Amino acid sequence: MKPGDTLVVEARDLDSLLAALRQRGHTLIGPTRRDGAIVLGEIGGASDLPVGWSDEQDGGRYRLRRREDSAYFGYAASPHAWKRYLHPPTVVRWRAHRDDGGFVAEPDTAPPPRYAFVGVRPCELAAILVQDRVFLGGPFVDPAYLSRRESAFILAVSCGSPGGTCFCTSMGTGPKAGPGFDLALTEVIDGRHDLVVEVGTERGAEVAAGVPHRPAEAADFYAARAVLAAAEGNMGRSLDTAGLKDALYRHYEDPRWDEVAKRCLACSNCTMVCPTCFCATVEDETDLVGRATERRRIWDSCFSQEFSYVHGGSVRTSGGARYRQWITHKLATWHDQFGVSGCVGCGRCITWCPVGIDITAEARAVGPGEAQGGRR
Amino acid sequence: MAATDAASAIVSASDPMRPEPFEVRHVTRETGDTFTLTLAPVAGARFRPFAPGQFNMLYVFGVGEVPISISGDPAKPEILVHTIRAVGATTRAMQKLEKGDWVGVRGPFGTPWPVDQAHGHDVVFIAGGIGLAPIRPALYHVLLHRALYGRVVILYGARTPRDMLYPKELREWRSRFDVVVDVTVDRATMEWQGSVGVVTKMVQRSPFDPQSAMAFICGPEVMIRYAAQALQQRGTTDSSIFVSMERNMKCAVGVCGHCQFGPWFVCKDGPVFRYDRIQRFFGMREV
Amino acid sequence: MTIHTFEKVLGEHPFFKDLPEPHLDTVVGCVANVVFQPGEFIFREGQAADHFFVVREGKVAVEVFVPNKGPVTIETIEGGEVLGWSWLFSPYKARFDARALNSVRALSLDGACLRTKCEKDPTLGYELLKRFTEVVVSRLEATRMQLLDLYGRD
Repeated sequence: MKPGDTLVVEARDLDSLLAALRQRGHTLIGPTRRDGAIVLGEIGGASDLPVGWSDEQDGGRYRLRRREDSAYFGYAASPHAWKRYLHPPTVVRWRAHRDDGGFVAEPDTAPPPRYAFVGVRPCELAAILVQDRVFLGGPFVDPAYLSRRESAFILAVSCGSPGGTCFCTSMGTGPKAGPGFDLALTEVIDGRHDLVVEVGTERGAEVAAGVPHRPAEAADFYAARAVLAAAEGNMGRSLDTAGLKDALYRHYEDPRWDEVAKRCLACSNCTMVCPTCFCATVEDETDLVGRATERRRIWDSCFSQEFSYVHGGSVRTSGGARYRQWITHKLATWHDQFGVSGCVGCGRCITWCPVGIDITAEARAVGPGEAQGGRR
Repeated sequence: MAATDAASAIVSASDPMRPEPFEVRHVTRETGDTFTLTLAPVAGARFRPFAPGQFNMLYVFGVGEVPISISGDPAKPEILVHTIRAVGATTRAMQKLEKGDWVGVRGPFGTPWPVDQAHGHDVVFIAGGIGLAPIRPALYHVLLHRALYGRVVILYGARTPRDMLYPKELREWRSRFDVVVDVTVDRATMEWQGSVGVVTKMVQRSPFDPQSAMAFICGPEVMIRYAAQALQQRGTTDSSIFVSMERNMKCAVGVCGHCQFGPWFVCKDGPVFRYDRIQRFFGMREV
Repeated sequence: MTIHTFEKVLGEHPFFKDLPEPHLDTVVGCVANVVFQPGEFIFREGQAADHFFVVREGKVAVEVFVPNKGPVTIETIEGGEVLGWSWLFSPYKARFDARALNSVRALSLDGACLRTKCEKDPTLGYELLKRFTEVVVSRLEATRMQLLDLYGRD
């Protein structure tokens, strides 16, 4: 078994695969049904997955619905992104205690968790690689991110049921998983229920070898490709990225941003659900006696008023300026900062915006092509 | 004192997010709300060489952390000097620090003033208010290597004579035959016999060669805009003008996202920027 | 100073740059050389504004006397600049004090005389008005900047 091999695992043996990961000391994180949504959380085995459930997504709309089959991964995207685990919402960066006028700042010495991410969508995998550039690509490597990232096992799952807000094909991030996974599976349900598994790394090979499997044959490849082809044709949204970066730079002062601002609540849902958004703030929390303090890194959003505060006031006070900051960062300046687009086409920002603001529609309105609605 | 314990707890400073302890050696009151801290490393921390224009993140235990330009002499990095204006919770807490108190230091960060690129050119320093503090290290450097530069001009504008930074040094620099110092205030006091008016007016009548001079500007953004315009009117190209920007900073290493200015992170692509590169965004609102 | 020297000095001064010859001649006819000692008043608020000054060398403080405070300098004028515009506008009275801060050499122009000549020859009036408007505008812009109190605590 080596990287590049493709094998077939029967659906009922998925549990063995997950158990193998648990045995190797990984904490399984995967999708699970809770509170009327498919969210990410710690799972015990295959039965914790949202078996037979799918989701309906549109601008400002999310519902679960039952499928007719018992697909493990028959939904599009969870409101959660894997950044919850690699770039957690709250991280203690260091602790300090005061003694005799001086103080000592000590790093957080808790061992980083070893995760196995079960069910990473291709768009989400692309998002992880984007965040790798942010946290690992500069002159300063973030140790908190690095330690979690190195030990995380990635079990990617190709998308068979894209949602109403998906546009990964436009962004080149799916529906097939790109490089970066340990194992990638495509769920095939056509009479049989199989998982066509592609091995990505040595680590993945080692895990897969211990699970009941058979080598993939022509029919399996064909079936997997059919799933992907169907997914490609089923995108809920589209985005023409040709010339988009330059168009957004040109339209920095477009009055459209003030129009969007009339609807935008600056609730920052989009930044929280976006798998690439990485902005964070720093808080120092001190105990009541003033002897011990913790420096925490906490998720932040460019939509907040205080985000751009310098003495005298915030640089971006108007809603239009803040929306403009988010969309031009995501689709334009991100390219100049990190060499890729900040958007992976997962559609979460559209789904979870309370007023359904659609990034594809906004981009199209100022994009190089004709302005049309955001739907296919 | 637990200094030795502290020393063993401080391992290598490879984590740029963790401050190292420095001790306040001296506090100088500059003006009403501005003061200078002179710091030295303690408990195993080490001084870091810095380039003029760079900044540190300064941390007050239990209060918070702020970016402050280094305003000392880059040729003497073992003495860390920061001129600070009390404008918020953390800087107001710093205002209360006394000799012997500890401050956390992370850095240095950011891009420097291009003092090497200016060899052979006239150098014009234009500073407004506390903007003289981030400029001073470049000034020290240029004066230390005076023969490498053409004319050296310092144009400084302050609110009132009492709000002037480093008045003693300004007089010293002015007394040199190889430096031109022109100082103005927005509002005069009774005793003030110097110029009253805007800094930009000084640019118009200053003795430098606009074609070849390099200008380093630091001050409020409005002042920078008008000063750059005044320089342009005299014939200086935008690629010879360098400005120091300021934005909200939390990490100083380009991962918190707060300091973004258009496509740039002020903490790592700045704070010193070449004016022609950022001019387009400089003129825009709320960027 | 001879008429020729006046012409040369005026013609080279930034304020009179590119003033057509015949107008320059007219202006020269109203010119006199003046020197002020440090501390000497060049004009006082409320005085008849009969002259304006083309500063060649030195520094002049434009002041307002504030009761209980004393004289407050609102702007300083130096060589290459022009001082005094109230001669152009009724009631032709100086609005501020102007005091030499050091030894000031200037050319004094007879405002009353020039006013009459401008009435007779509007083209001269237009040339002078253009130049003075520019001065007033740039002083206004500067004053606004000073008012912004950019270095102040916000």
